[in-house]
Amino acid sequence: MKLKEGVFDIFRVIASFREFSLIAVLIIFGLFMTVRSNVFLTKANLEAILLGLSVEGIIAVGMAILLISGGLDLSVGSTMAFTGVVTGLALISLKLATVPAILLGLLAALSVGLVNGLLVAKLKINPFITTLGMLITVRGLLLVLAQGKAVLNLPESFTVVGQGRLFGIQFPIYVMLFLVIVGDILLRYSRFFRQSYYIGGNEKAARLSGINVDFVKIFNYCLVSVLAGIAGVMITARFGSSSVTVGTNVELRVITAAIIGGASLSGGEGSVFGAFLGALFMAVLANALNLLGVDVYWQNLVTGLILIVAVVVDVVNERRKANQK
Amino acid sequence: MTVVLRAENITKRFPGVLAVDNISLELHQGEILALVGENGAGKSTLMQILGGAQKQDSGRIFVEGQEVSFNSPEDAIRAGVCMVFQELSLVKSISVAENLFANRQPVGKCNNIQWGKLYQETENFLRSFDLYIDPRTLVKHLPMGQQQILEILKAISASPKILILDEPTSSLTEGEIAYLFQNIRRLQAKGMAFIYITHKLSEIFQIASRVIVMRDGKHIGERVVKDVTENELVSMMVGRQIVNLYGTASRQVNGKAYFVIENFTRRGTFQNVSFGLRKGEILGMAGLVGAGRTELALAIVGMTPKDGGKVYLHGKEIKIESPKDAIEKRIAYLTEDRKELGLFISMSVRENLIAPSLRKYVSILGFLDHSRVEKFAEESVRRFSISTPSISKKVINLSGGNQQKCLVGMWMGITPEVIIFDEPTRGVDVGARAEIYKKLREFAESGVGIILISSDLPELIGMCDRILVMHRGRIQGEVRREEFSEELILSYAAGLTSIQNQSQENI
Repeated sequence: MKLKEGVFDIFRVIASFREFSLIAVLIIFGLFMTVRSNVFLTKANLEAILLGLSVEGIIAVGMAILLISGGLDLSVGSTMAFTGVVTGLALISLKLATVPAILLGLLAALSVGLVNGLLVAKLKINPFITTLGMLITVRGLLLVLAQGKAVLNLPESFTVVGQGRLFGIQFPIYVMLFLVIVGDILLRYSRFFRQSYYIGGNEKAARLSGINVDFVKIFNYCLVSVLAGIAGVMITARFGSSSVTVGTNVELRVITAAIIGGASLSGGEGSVFGAFLGALFMAVLANALNLLGVDVYWQNLVTGLILIVAVVVDVVNERRKANQK
Repeated sequence: MTVVLRAENITKRFPGVLAVDNISLELHQGEILALVGENGAGKSTLMQILGGAQKQDSGRIFVEGQEVSFNSPEDAIRAGVCMVFQELSLVKSISVAENLFANRQPVGKCNNIQWGKLYQETENFLRSFDLYIDPRTLVKHLPMGQQQILEILKAISASPKILILDEPTSSLTEGEIAYLFQNIRRLQAKGMAFIYITHKLSEIFQIASRVIVMRDGKHIGERVVKDVTENELVSMMVGRQIVNLYGTASRQVNGKAYFVIENFTRRGTFQNVSFGLRKGEILGMAGLVGAGRTELALAIVGMTPKDGGKVYLHGKEIKIESPKDAIEKRIAYLTEDRKELGLFISMSVRENLIAPSLRKYVSILGFLDHSRVEKFAEESVRRFSISTPSISKKVINLSGGNQQKCLVGMWMGITPEVIIFDEPTRGVDVGARAEIYKKLREFAESGVGIILISSDLPELIGMCDRILVMHRGRIQGEVRREEFSEELILSYAAGLTSIQNQSQENI
């Protein structure tokens, strides 16, 4: 093959990745905003974006993997709040130290994931219905536990987890970036995580290839729940209180981000980095609309349209490829 | 010769049926053993037991003299027995390389996948089979035939001692079949043993050395291929003599075409296709997979758009923009893909049968008239000898042959004037085939024109009055009954021969 064609091929391959187009859009968008607003490119604004993003960013790691394996979790928002409340109560009512309290919170999150995973993998209940049920159940459970009230006045030894700074940047941002990078590398290079693509693409084929389908599914539900738990701990520490309403609609934002980032509800496709970029894109967009003085009511409308456009672009691309064949 | 696989007294019972009844067999090194039988004869169940996908109730299996017990396909693969399943087991959304090396990708120290090595190994492997596909290609972007080849290569890549192939050629073109056989023979020479399940008896004579016939879960007979005839095999399979599978036409088809397709074109799929169909004629459509036959048929009935072309019925131009229009003009299209496009697989026989003619059974208020529906369904079940315990049985629970009869019954409900039948006997066993052929003859006798799309050349030659051969979206040739031969059809299909001025001749 001639070199020129080879180079062109490489370019085409890169351009066909969702991550590439998202980065390109983000750069163009960033440049535009830098020109239009002198606040956008300040450290304070960028940190605000990332801090706001940290909840969705952390959960998106697990959601991307779950969607790739053909699953779906609507209960992550509830799980997040549940973890916060359990951790808060452990600190205040049980007088536990910070680390055991956090571990107890994460254990609560894990148990939600385990229930989801077992129901979906073993009893073969539809993931949408299972996790919709858990969304309501877990939110109910935490309201009962907290008696409908926020747990206030959390000790400083705990709040430092969400408020502390390293090199002037708040901890949750590090946690998010760490999880995204590790998650992406694992999904790309680890044989265990790679199994999710097979399961989402063709479950029967995965089974025949010797993949322990049920185990991977349960693992993925636990993973996304624990990540939601970590997000819950972070946000509780940041606010210094565990609110019972935190995390409402987070599941929809995270799924939207993953899909903008190239995942598909039918499984087999997507990446962690893509999902993170999707979340970043949504956060930057919201920030930009704010800075440009656009009414906050427009945000949902714009985000929704972008989701639809992303999916339409996908469908059109697929169709074009099918026609080339 | 070394015995690589021995099965002793294998029995498997499912609720209500004895699927495999005390079967024993032996497979020698470097041998190709064919296994034939009608659908439901128990071949697939037996093979699933040997391949580890099912567990036998009793009986023993030995691989190279060692007794084995398989609890999963993995166990079987580890023992050297690999099965290629009927339905595609590829993951379409990921690359060729990842499919070939599913769950056994080359890994480095930290269990990290070595992508470069994976692609390189895949490329080397594909090259050793003369395949030049980019290992990074997503499987969904490969044509159907290549996907099926890949499926088989995936099994071969685990270098098994015994490979079980379950109808491997069902969606392959003639060229791909030749390619597959050539590679099977190569592997056979290296000592790999094969069990080959097929409905296409002619393949047995091309590739196998020994054949076992199964019926109703039982071992009916075993023959050396060179000492047996196709008719003998068929008789063993159905348990009765089938003299002439295809039947014979009772009269010559004459007269002018009443259904005419003119200049049908969709860019990149088919170009300037014109032909006419006479009353009572069975017009064959031959061609390789991908020649555009199904695409053309779908465009004729308005399921997919066309860029240009006209349809005439009884000399008048008719507009068909959607399948609804086609049904109104009483043009029936019976799809090759009965599970996806043809039947409502999880609905009852009754509901399926009335689907295209639903309107006929609606009372004034818009409600379904149940007694008439019931009557029609019962009648169709009888008329097309669909064997089902009741009309409320779900279609998914019927055998392939009965599903196909259901599809026929469903479309005969619109009392068609033109029938387009796409691969009428794919995955249908001999007994049901004979019945479908008989029905087709009856329709033709009653004056209905039938367009028969098929990749089964003996079927086309046995059934048709005239055969059109498509190649790359064009009609490459027309073969009259008196010149029928597989060679001529194939040479048209491969684009080696062509006729001039075809559009004038065909109408």
